[in-house]
Amino acid sequence: MRIISYLQAINEALDEALSQDEHVFLLGEDIGIYGGGFGATKGLQKKFGKQRVRDTPISESALAGAAVGAAMTGMRPVIELQFSDFITIAMDQLVNQAAKIHYMYGGKAKVPLVMRTAAGSGTGAAAQHSQSLENWMAHIPGLKVIQPSNAYDAKGLLHAAIKDNNPVMFYEHKLLYQTVGSVPATPYTIPIGVADVKCLGDDVTIVATGIMVNKALQAAEIVKEKGVSIEVIDPRTLVPLDKEAILASVKKTKRVIVATEAVKNSGFGAEITAIIAESKIAMKLKSPIIRLGGEFVPMPAQKLLEMRATPQVDTLVAAINQCMSKAGLQR
Amino acid sequence: MKRKVDKIPVTRPIVATEALKRMWEIRIFEEMIQELFDAGELYGTMHLCIGQEATAVGGASSLKQTDWIVSTHRNHGHCIAKGTDIRSMFAEMLGKKTGTNEGKGGSMHIADLNIGNLGSNGIVGAGFPIAAGAALSAQMQNTDQVVLCYAGDGAVNEGSFHEALNLASIWKLPVIYLIENNQYGMSSSIEQMVNIDHLSQRGKSYGIEGITIDGNDLTEVSRTVAKAVEKARNGSGPTLIEALTYRHKGHSKSDKLLYRSEAECRDWQENNDPIVRLEKKLIQNGEIEANEIRQMEEVIRKEFADLLASVKHDSEPTVEDLWTHVYAEDTL
Repeated sequence: MRIISYLQAINEALDEALSQDEHVFLLGEDIGIYGGGFGATKGLQKKFGKQRVRDTPISESALAGAAVGAAMTGMRPVIELQFSDFITIAMDQLVNQAAKIHYMYGGKAKVPLVMRTAAGSGTGAAAQHSQSLENWMAHIPGLKVIQPSNAYDAKGLLHAAIKDNNPVMFYEHKLLYQTVGSVPATPYTIPIGVADVKCLGDDVTIVATGIMVNKALQAAEIVKEKGVSIEVIDPRTLVPLDKEAILASVKKTKRVIVATEAVKNSGFGAEITAIIAESKIAMKLKSPIIRLGGEFVPMPAQKLLEMRATPQVDTLVAAINQCMSKAGLQR
Repeated sequence: MKRKVDKIPVTRPIVATEALKRMWEIRIFEEMIQELFDAGELYGTMHLCIGQEATAVGGASSLKQTDWIVSTHRNHGHCIAKGTDIRSMFAEMLGKKTGTNEGKGGSMHIADLNIGNLGSNGIVGAGFPIAAGAALSAQMQNTDQVVLCYAGDGAVNEGSFHEALNLASIWKLPVIYLIENNQYGMSSSIEQMVNIDHLSQRGKSYGIEGITIDGNDLTEVSRTVAKAVEKARNGSGPTLIEALTYRHKGHSKSDKLLYRSEAECRDWQENNDPIVRLEKKLIQNGEIEANEIRQMEEVIRKEFADLLASVKHDSEPTVEDLWTHVYAEDTL
């Protein structure tokens, strides 16, 4: 199979979706000739025209709201929100409108829109361009939340998101854009709500989201040399969440680390942790659940500070060692 | 895109006597809601539009059934004017499964997409971009639909107003923004909240024609909206209309009206009631007689009372309904 980047996979999914369905259109800031904030829409305006790949003013509320109105009346808009931090200025249209309309109208209207957005730290862009706020949206009934960790998942899940009849938040990590993987050249979908086992193992389960999946896989390689076998579970979608896959893995390994890049306090890691803690498996764990997440600080610009603000591979290795050691039991 | 809306029913300009009937339907509906509320039979909240019937009817009556309206929290008039089923509206207000929204929306979210009512909104100003989006959809799908977006005076200070008007203008969207300036956003006089004489002036900043009209003159509202609709339909873009009006009742159920004088209220009620004004005009023109109007009013009262009585026997949602409709089940 071809090897392409995560960014190319997204571009390809958009290209195919625009070709497949005339109701699909893209809107966002600088998505035309500029190709989007990170290049995900490169070449698409030239191919599909300015009507279907639509540059908008810097008006996040209007473009989110326009997508709601268009989605309710037969179109399938795909918004690019340049940085996920800008969700704050589009929030009403997503939280109070898009998420609630199907329910509030007794099922009589659908809002099939997708908001793609670049999230996460690691680029030195500082506090207003580096956050991982996906948990905010996971808290809202009516929204679906997707966080692909590799190129294959990105393409298949984006196709699924565009075909879904609900508003879908699609979180892309900036540092993943240049990562590469095998991706089929033809369109395919990955069902929303199905987790993926990224690496099979017996000793410790790491439930990791987004970029933490990659870091967990690296940590797994490191500890493998010491004979520790790690299973990495990627939920891929936070809402709906594949609880069964998570619990099945933890039942097998009886040790678990939950890792997100997002700030740990009140983050999605707490949700996953609670699901495990509330299950029957909790009584059979060999060591306490370890929850890793970002420090409770605004993201700093300086490189070292920025790196230490989120869990890194060494953090994961330390956590693995902790739950494999007797000390882990006393934690 | 080639798709066209098939067989658009041709709408003739509304006959004034028909408009009067619609206005009476709204007034009577609102009075009945007030009575239900006072009798403790209505759970939740409501925002009555008594006194604003001309903007509701003058606006929606200039549309085809396939055109859209986007409404506000003060929505009952708009919904009735667009043709939303009265019985289903009563049912929604009373929390019945037979309601427009199966009891899940209540007063503030009444929607009926089948007749072009894209829904009412509890967030002030949220409808502006949604209306732009529906208009964009019509433009892209090459239908000849237009969108009429109702909003209150208070909404023009929301960012969404400015963002949406700009968007509608640069894309020449078929949308009409009809601001019902009823002088107050809850308790706040609009005079104290903006530093301009007419809210319609704000159209100019976005390259949109702005007009201020007498919102209690049915003929003026319907003539102005009809012109804006024609303009939108032929691809010439949006219009901002400010219609001056007044709400006879308070903002919502718990308003003690401490912010406006009794004399002011009385003046609007006694000298500038849109229904009374239209009746006088029609009688003067010999289009209808006073006794015919009273007869019409009685027929509506009887009809609505019967509807309400029958709705009271409708079943309510069951607990299982709590979990339905959170997500649309099907995909493409």
